[in-house]
Amino acid sequence: MESEKMVALLRDMLLARAFEERAAEEYTKGNIGGFLHLYPGEEAVAVGVLHAAEPSDYIVSTYREHVHAMVRGIPPKKVMAELFGKKDGCSHGMGGSMHLFDRERRFMGGYAIVGETYPVAAGIAYAIAMRELPEAAICFFGDGAVNQGTFHEILNMVVLWRLPVLFVCENNHYQIGTEIHRHSAVVEVYKRAAGYRIPARRVDGMDVLQVRHATLEALEQIREGNGPQFLEFETYRFRGHSMADPSTYRPKVEVQAFENQDPIRVALSETLPRYPSAEEIAAAGPNSIERLAEHLDQAGHLRAEQLQVLREDVARIVDDAVQFAKASPDPTLEEAQACLDCNRGTEVLI
Amino acid sequence: MSDPIYYWQALNRALDTELAADDAVFVLGEDVGLYGGSYRVTEGLYAKYGEWRLRDTPISEGGFTGLAVGAAMVGMRPIAEIMTINFALLAMDAIINMAAKIPFMSGGQFPMPLVVRMPGGVAKQLAAQHSQSLEQTLMNVPGLRIAVPATPQDAWWQLRQAIRSDEPIILLEHELLYFSKGPVDTVAEAPPMHRARIHREGSDLSIVTYSRMLDLSLQAARQLSEKGIEAEVVDLRSLRPIDWDTCRSSLEKTHRLLVVEEDSHFAGAGAAVVAGLTERAFYALDAAPARVAGLDMPIPYNGVLEAAGIPRPSDIVRAAEELCAN
Repeated sequence: MESEKMVALLRDMLLARAFEERAAEEYTKGNIGGFLHLYPGEEAVAVGVLHAAEPSDYIVSTYREHVHAMVRGIPPKKVMAELFGKKDGCSHGMGGSMHLFDRERRFMGGYAIVGETYPVAAGIAYAIAMRELPEAAICFFGDGAVNQGTFHEILNMVVLWRLPVLFVCENNHYQIGTEIHRHSAVVEVYKRAAGYRIPARRVDGMDVLQVRHATLEALEQIREGNGPQFLEFETYRFRGHSMADPSTYRPKVEVQAFENQDPIRVALSETLPRYPSAEEIAAAGPNSIERLAEHLDQAGHLRAEQLQVLREDVARIVDDAVQFAKASPDPTLEEAQACLDCNRGTEVLI
Repeated sequence: MSDPIYYWQALNRALDTELAADDAVFVLGEDVGLYGGSYRVTEGLYAKYGEWRLRDTPISEGGFTGLAVGAAMVGMRPIAEIMTINFALLAMDAIINMAAKIPFMSGGQFPMPLVVRMPGGVAKQLAAQHSQSLEQTLMNVPGLRIAVPATPQDAWWQLRQAIRSDEPIILLEHELLYFSKGPVDTVAEAPPMHRARIHREGSDLSIVTYSRMLDLSLQAARQLSEKGIEAEVVDLRSLRPIDWDTCRSSLEKTHRLLVVEEDSHFAGAGAAVVAGLTERAFYALDAAPARVAGLDMPIPYNGVLEAAGIPRPSDIVRAAEELCAN
């Protein structure tokens, strides 16, 4: 892959991390309300997948979707303004953190009811299949979402009708505070998809290059008309489920292990929970962002001073986003009514 | 004006017309394709339009209704048929959390040209899990519209209007209406989908009703007429929004309100109608509004008890007489 593309991956991951950390800060200041679910630790998944997607593909995401939205091309300031609930947010302040939408970029929403992304993606894929277009619906969800009925209902239907859906499981090992061995009888999520005859595999979700490569391969299969594909990316969120979650249920040692990209991850998911030893942590490598930066440096794609420039760039973008969000006005009740009535024709109701 | 046709035939012709008019229209649901629909509504359409436009689904109401939502977001005009409203409880997330909310919470970016058709109400000894009227559950959801056609003519008009609308619309049919007959004028221009219709003029009281209870109310009105009481019968045709103007005008003439519904009495559609009209026409009323509704109990299987659980024409007559005695 050429340097430019590699650096773009790194830049988006840095932006993602900086944006989310700033969002946490603004939340504590009271500028962002409601629930705020942050993405640090999982950046390689959204960045890798969405860098492999075409602009003509559709993205359906969850309530932890700020990064997906930005990588898809929604300007960070429009995302931040939405988190602030402002008129210039990408959903005009009606959606908030969990409901980012952008019709033009085919960003089909963040959904806050676990398990809703499957039917939305399948419906989009149904339309694509009827129109015989070389497009795909990319459906994000977490490991906690695979125990909803819609998961099984939709996996069954997309196979029956060979719908062009790419299922992307962001397996961060936790449904809020319940570790995967305590919420799923089968902890290898991709094996469930195999039960519906969907080609499925598990990929290291801490390695953006592997994520991107696996996604490109899967999308190629879909565009050849071979029906749905399923990718499980093993990853980890460094923070709690949301800003309301102090994340006390996870042993510090486990968090540290994942932050260091510990090889024990495989052991954790394939066997009963076992927490890494101090030696194992010491043996662990750097986290996904540092890992990529190091790789780029070693491969001659990026020098240390360029990395510093990238960091300064994203810091400025995030600053600008916050200033934009602060300056944007609150939407009015009339504007809210207009959103509700967006699909009303000329008919005059009583 | 044609010869009388069945209600299901009116729906079938409406679907046929719209499937022919627009490639974006498709139907999905259990047994809507090859089988032709549990109530024959999609009969013959699978052969004519093929499996992508008449999609037989697995028994996954939540999944296929949600799939219809996704398709509507990208410009399709899906019509999801849920075999009965009782099964729609499994699709409430798709209807309430998704279809009704997405246009709004996307900041107005995504219209929702979705129709969900389903029959409700009490049929013949189908027991408690197949005999519900859940319209009140849906009436409370901003962002939805609910049409309740009571006649083949309205079935023809309102289904076509629903398909052409960009709003998510619930078409609430009734199991016992599918095989009722009536004339259908396919040329006449349709009234607005939510406009109430006065089926019988009268001066002594207004009977406001909808769906299958229209027919029973008209029977009751004929009996009342023999007793010297002239009832005006108003068919709401739409439960969200409600055509308050037509109802209020009727009350300004009759000064008495009787609401007739099949649903159970407490917190149902009738309660909302009485509240809305009391607020709007309190000073036109000469007596407290009255309601005839189903009993507050699940529908029993036993045929005698089932009949006693929902309004009969005699119940409507009695309630009207009491109301007019005040």
